[in-house]
Amino acid sequence: MKFDPLSTSIGEIAFKVSSASLTVQQVVESYVERVKAFEPKINAFVDWDESELANQLKPQIARLEEKLDQGQDLPLAGVPIAIKDNICTEGIQTTAGSAVLKGFKPVYNATVVDRLSSAGALVFGKTNLDEFAMGSSSEHSAFGAVKNPWNVDYVPGGSSGGSAAAVAAALVPGSLGSDTGGSVRQPASFCGVVGFKPSYGCLSRYGLIAYGSSLDQVGPLARSAYDCALMMSAMAGHDPMDSTSLTNVSIDMSDFQNLGGKDLRGVKVGIIKEFDRGGLQKEVDESFAVFQDRLRSLGAEMVEVSLPSIEYAIPTYYILATAEASSNLARYDGVRYGHREVGDDQTLEAMYQESRTFGFGQETQKRIMLGTYVLSAGYYDAYYHKAQHARQKLKNEFSKVFEAVDLIASPTAPTSAFKIGHKINDSVAMYLGDIFTIAQNLVGCPAISLPLGQCEQGLPIGMQLSGRPLMDDALLKGAAIYEHKFRKDPIFPTIE
Amino acid sequence: MSTNLEKIRSSQLLSDSVQSRYEAVIGLEVHVQLNTKTKLFCSCSATFGEDPNHNTCAVCLGMPGALPVLNSQVVDYGIAMALAIKAQVASQSIFARKQYFYPDLPKGYQITQYDLPYCVNGEITLSCGQTVRVTRIHFEEDAGKSVHSEGGSFVDLNRAGTPLLEMVSEPDLRTPEEAADYLKKVHAIVKFLGISDGNMEEGSFRCDANVSIRKRGESTLGTRAEIKNVNSFRNVERAIAYEIHRQADLIDSGEQVVQQTLKFDASSGKTSPIRSKEETADYRYFPDPDLGILEIALDRIDRIRTELPELPEDVARRFMEEFDLTSDDAMVLIQEREIALFFEETLKSAKGITPKKVANFLITEYLREARERQWSLDKPFVSSENLGSLLSYVGTGTISGKIAKQVFSEMAESGKSPTQIIEGKGLVQISDDDEITASVNQVLEKNPAQVEGYLAGKEKLLGFFVGQVMKLSGGKYNPGVVNKILKERLNAQRK
Repeated sequence: MKFDPLSTSIGEIAFKVSSASLTVQQVVESYVERVKAFEPKINAFVDWDESELANQLKPQIARLEEKLDQGQDLPLAGVPIAIKDNICTEGIQTTAGSAVLKGFKPVYNATVVDRLSSAGALVFGKTNLDEFAMGSSSEHSAFGAVKNPWNVDYVPGGSSGGSAAAVAAALVPGSLGSDTGGSVRQPASFCGVVGFKPSYGCLSRYGLIAYGSSLDQVGPLARSAYDCALMMSAMAGHDPMDSTSLTNVSIDMSDFQNLGGKDLRGVKVGIIKEFDRGGLQKEVDESFAVFQDRLRSLGAEMVEVSLPSIEYAIPTYYILATAEASSNLARYDGVRYGHREVGDDQTLEAMYQESRTFGFGQETQKRIMLGTYVLSAGYYDAYYHKAQHARQKLKNEFSKVFEAVDLIASPTAPTSAFKIGHKINDSVAMYLGDIFTIAQNLVGCPAISLPLGQCEQGLPIGMQLSGRPLMDDALLKGAAIYEHKFRKDPIFPTIE
Repeated sequence: MSTNLEKIRSSQLLSDSVQSRYEAVIGLEVHVQLNTKTKLFCSCSATFGEDPNHNTCAVCLGMPGALPVLNSQVVDYGIAMALAIKAQVASQSIFARKQYFYPDLPKGYQITQYDLPYCVNGEITLSCGQTVRVTRIHFEEDAGKSVHSEGGSFVDLNRAGTPLLEMVSEPDLRTPEEAADYLKKVHAIVKFLGISDGNMEEGSFRCDANVSIRKRGESTLGTRAEIKNVNSFRNVERAIAYEIHRQADLIDSGEQVVQQTLKFDASSGKTSPIRSKEETADYRYFPDPDLGILEIALDRIDRIRTELPELPEDVARRFMEEFDLTSDDAMVLIQEREIALFFEETLKSAKGITPKKVANFLITEYLREARERQWSLDKPFVSSENLGSLLSYVGTGTISGKIAKQVFSEMAESGKSPTQIIEGKGLVQISDDDEITASVNQVLEKNPAQVEGYLAGKEKLLGFFVGQVMKLSGGKYNPGVVNKILKERLNAQRK
């Protein structure tokens, strides 16, 4: 049987592999062919190497086939999943896009990786990213910028740019990203794929290289909300290795049957009053209008809601995320692992300074310094403490809004993808692009980006739905109902 | 001068000139290494003595992506300690990151508690009756160990992440002796609770002392110096006494005390600076987002309260009331929980002898022997039954106290029972009047000059005669009977 990566969903691959109408080898070979053809143009992976990947896959396939022979129920049987390179994979290089971790091979798997494997998935390469997940363009990588498959002169978004580009180019049917302020959803939007950020605590962070620990969540990227739900159902659930992991979140795939017969009647969708539509790129604004029409046509009721503190979301985020980052990145000191520079005068101080100066890129250094500053004696109250207050205020406002509505709709980003190099020297412009995605991390609620339309240059646009904290299943189900009605066939770029 | 000193809390270790003019203000920070099976935030073994970096994992090595998970046994131990010092346990407390770079600190920060510790407002009562307020106790993880040698510097992370309680007192202590007494009290409590091995030499129980002085009558605090990592009761006294004199000398010569961190060198008995306050790091504490709020429920506190063992203070009071022990003896017995338990066990099998005598024997003989042999008190080298039976022989007059000491030495050496030794060596005490009278007559005949002296009023010579008579019996005569007969015979000669 012929296998076509472009027309097969995650669910279909798993079904066919489980029912032996497709072999694991066929799946793997088809995707390897595509990676060989397109990776040189996109740079979606870190240090991609065909024989290296084959070595990594060999034991995984052997284990998988053994489980298939035993007749185990594997919801992700034979599904190649690319893993963002800030998620630890045992024995497989994990760099977080940083020179400081070049060559570093973790001694353990992240819990999410173990759970995907248990469900039958294959770890299929490590995707490129902004260093330590700090960025919105995937240009800040020690392994070179990732290119947008729709137009390689453009960024794929970030920081999970490699994960989004890999799915968009059908190099894999699904991938894992991480989302601290929009890092799954914004690249999903820029690349025309679906990206889901779960509620904080829904997925284990054990093995996710920390950036902003109170904001970080792993999230799936795939071609559909349904496929994201399938990945989520394999990964969700309490992890005793992560104290912030919650016990009561799960995704039940039986809720996702017969979507054609369902609609959004009785669902209230909030539109945030404070967002200035004048700041949106024209096509994004148009797509947002279409999005609302479609939701209405499914029976949803659109309601204006107010989140007065949302204007402080970006500064709040950049204080808290950088503060946590400055601490989380202290461990990259050249002592136990990672890059070490001995330093001219052979002192301990010099080793620290030079290892870190060499090992960290500019954006990372900038955020470490920002975070160090806001935690410093004399500044803590004015910055970190105040930002915590603002975060609490925002949480309270969201709670109130979610008493009135079930979902909140917005664009994922104010623009479609921008050109590589266009914003790299303008941090503030880059940061402002996160306006629609950051609050969800501060609040801890789930959110999903769904493709809708393209701009004049043919670059994708994404729309976002946010849900009540811990109601990840309801949000995914709403998104799946929407896409069942409006997005039957995913489209793929012609990569040039 | 002396009347002055009676009113103040005076010290044997300070010169009169210093303590008549200056008052010392001392606060202690005690670090207690908890003896849980596993570390504070991972499941690595927290035991010592393994090869370097053997007890480590992704979490305590600070590997990328690893996360801490709180060991709930540590929290239970902490609650027990809080209850033992009558402190409040906070229903909510927070773990914070204390940030600094050092090779034996794997994550670049130490997880500790900062502005919201789990325990506040406790107290310790000193032997003199003075109450010392305990400001707080908090949980923290220990760092690893750096080893410097000619071949380079090495890092051993076995200790990294092992659990510590840090207990901070108010500056309520006034003398080096009070500081040592406070430390002994805290030590006894952790030993009775069984939450730490309390080994000061190995650093599992150590303290920092904050010391300042002020002119008597003043209420403002002087500039303080902090003496780090003092590791014995005696050294706490010595270090603080030295430091008080040093500060007094500075002030007397018109100089100022500088706020600084000191170390104490036990061989020279002096303190010297490690770093001055100007160089102090900004630790940039902030709540650890990986751990969330530590909530301690009331029923958990209640459960631990009901499981609390008898505390040293209570045991001491009971020993004094029930067994008529002196305060000093009771204090020695509660220094270690094992000794207190051993004492009570011994009483069960010691017949015909007062608990007070048992306590004396335990303190003078048993503890001396234990120290000389460097035997762990956890495992008695003489069983309580054997010691009890030995002391019963003394009680019934079968052997003398002096013989008991010999027998005890041999019990410790050979592990034999007292009965075996006493019978085997024929050490049974002789109380037979005729036999003793014969020996007494023999001694008196051989020493006419001493007899004359005694009769002339040198009654101290009685001891000489007792010694001579005892010698003839190899120490086996009952000394009471010897005394009685000697006096009778001598008095008879007087007539």
